[in-house]
Amino acid sequence: MSGPSTYNPNSGIERWLDARLPLPRLLHDTIHTFPTPKNLNIWYTFGGILAFCLGIQIVTGIVLAMHYVANAGLAFDSVESIMRDVNYGWLIRYMHANGASMFFLAVYIHMFRGVYYGSYKAPRELIWIIGVLIYLLMMATAFFGYVLPWGQMSFWGATVITNLFSAIPVVGQHIATWLWGDFAVGDATLNRFFSLHYLLPFIIAGVVGLHIWALHVPGNNNPLGIDVKGPQDTVPFHPYYTVKDAFYLTLFVILFAVFVFYAPDFFGNPDNYQPANPLVTPPDIVPEWYLLPYYAMLRSIPNKLMGVIVMAGAQVTLVFIPWLDTGRVRSCRFRPLMKQFFWVFAVVCVVLGYCGSQSVDAARFGIPLVWVARIATAYYYAFFWLIMPIVGLIETPKKIPASISQSVLGDSAAAPAE
Amino acid sequence: MRLIHLSLGSSVLALGLVASASAFAQQAIDTKRLHPKAAEFSFEGPFGTYDRGELQRGYQVYKEVCAACHAVNHLAFHHLDEPGGPEFTEAQAKALATAAKIPAEPNDKGETTDDKGTPLMRSATLADHLPMPFPNENAARANNGNNLPPDLSMIVKAREGGAQYVYSILTGFHEKAPAGFKVTEGKYFNPYFEGWNIGMPPPLNANSVTYSDGTKATIEQQAHDVVTFLAWASEPKMEERKRVGFGVMVFLIALAGLLFAAYKKVWKDVH
Repeated sequence: MSGPSTYNPNSGIERWLDARLPLPRLLHDTIHTFPTPKNLNIWYTFGGILAFCLGIQIVTGIVLAMHYVANAGLAFDSVESIMRDVNYGWLIRYMHANGASMFFLAVYIHMFRGVYYGSYKAPRELIWIIGVLIYLLMMATAFFGYVLPWGQMSFWGATVITNLFSAIPVVGQHIATWLWGDFAVGDATLNRFFSLHYLLPFIIAGVVGLHIWALHVPGNNNPLGIDVKGPQDTVPFHPYYTVKDAFYLTLFVILFAVFVFYAPDFFGNPDNYQPANPLVTPPDIVPEWYLLPYYAMLRSIPNKLMGVIVMAGAQVTLVFIPWLDTGRVRSCRFRPLMKQFFWVFAVVCVVLGYCGSQSVDAARFGIPLVWVARIATAYYYAFFWLIMPIVGLIETPKKIPASISQSVLGDSAAAPAE
Repeated sequence: MRLIHLSLGSSVLALGLVASASAFAQQAIDTKRLHPKAAEFSFEGPFGTYDRGELQRGYQVYKEVCAACHAVNHLAFHHLDEPGGPEFTEAQAKALATAAKIPAEPNDKGETTDDKGTPLMRSATLADHLPMPFPNENAARANNGNNLPPDLSMIVKAREGGAQYVYSILTGFHEKAPAGFKVTEGKYFNPYFEGWNIGMPPPLNANSVTYSDGTKATIEQQAHDVVTFLAWASEPKMEERKRVGFGVMVFLIALAGLLFAAYKKVWKDVH
């Protein structure tokens, strides 16, 4: 994709093809000889894992769509019929439902890795921003998908989320009605959500193509956060990273299989095994776990419009990280101060998720969780808008190694592995 | 006793919200449902399977007791002889279907009732779903003091606490209501049910059913059997799932071992 190509067509058909559609050259340069830093650790295997997750979701989703009926009167029963009467339907559906959770687990690890090693910093800003776009598309797709089984949580989750748009002054209610295709969440809503749920994954696949394209221009960042100095710092992608990614992917799939086969409803909510009923509101409406931190932010703000702005702002903020981080080195390995703030941030995100999972008036150790969520939300914003710019200016980074190969071969005792 | 558990939070809430003094007295008791009993079931764990005897007895309890009010919409008679379920023989399942009467399709004249207005009925076949006790929600409510008996097809998966929860409800009618808690008119006391007032009258008595295999039909035994049956109704492919899962696990772990060896061999000279 970038840099001088090392492809050497050595058969007649390859030369013929290379002069017309250089597909073999593209594959050769991107997944075969692509020079990759030789010090990538386990956290760098999640990109490949995410591609696998997207593939699983698309394949299982297409099969599910062959049996699913997008109709408010039939959707719930059609999902149950997939579970009971379609050959291995239970397997396809449990893979799809748990696959969504595994997808988000992987994407969060991938994103935190990006922040820790400063992978968004120049010249990789666009890779990060495209990644944020993929993440937003994933959340939209997951939300639409969660509505489709048309259980109680599907219906009421859709009601709560679409009602957020009604907080927009003047036109809010009209936007909500336009989204519903009706005056409430109903059959029209279910049909359009199904349509969009089928469309978005292919858009994600396209944007993932851009993400990888943009990655292949500067090449991978690495745990040291320093640039590749020459061939001695890299190994060809194949076989080194194909085999390493395949190994860690298999470990990931083992975890995935534990959920699919032995705890398929672990991430689910029992209420979603009750058919949607517009007349009965569940006592606690909770989104899927991967949206809980945002849900906690939303609920911690007393004013609905402000809550929506704070929640949406938390996502939009991610776009600006490449310029908010003023640090001179990329990797937190050499940023003693930033590293501490980073880990506090990671804990804060988990705390927010916990607050979102509890009922709105809950308290722990006598502290109302709504206040915990407020403080955590404040830290979330402060981390990006205050800590990142200020720490970068005042912090003295540790001495960075001269090159990757020197660090890998030379002073393994001096730089303990992380 | 755990039942009278005064919660500061709920009483403060009640002070704020409830105007009448009598209503306050009712609200002062925390009627949050009790934690379900720790019953054990054969289908738990990575290798657990449904106990066939329990499934068959459980079907009998469902048919003779629960089916008076509760449907199991997603169960068909052919499910009863499939592997991983009660595994009645095909002849037994056919006999059970034939004995069940379900609403007939409109006859040649397009009628669904006979001359006297009685709905036309026919025997079920293996392809038919189990009969519903009431034709619709209104009929169900009219016959049950405006309470709606829920469909039981997925009751074990659709309730927090699962099998233990359903078991606790069925065996939880015999605890005494604490002083100060007044059971609502037309409801029954059950501390395992949220709010403690349940619309269902105690469904099981000792010897409500007579088991043909000689098992003693205590309330606990019947509850345990029918909960096993309902767990299967919720998750009929569980045994297939765990069996396939075991094979998948063995394969993946072997694959991971091979890949680890390949990974170490390929990278041997890099570090």
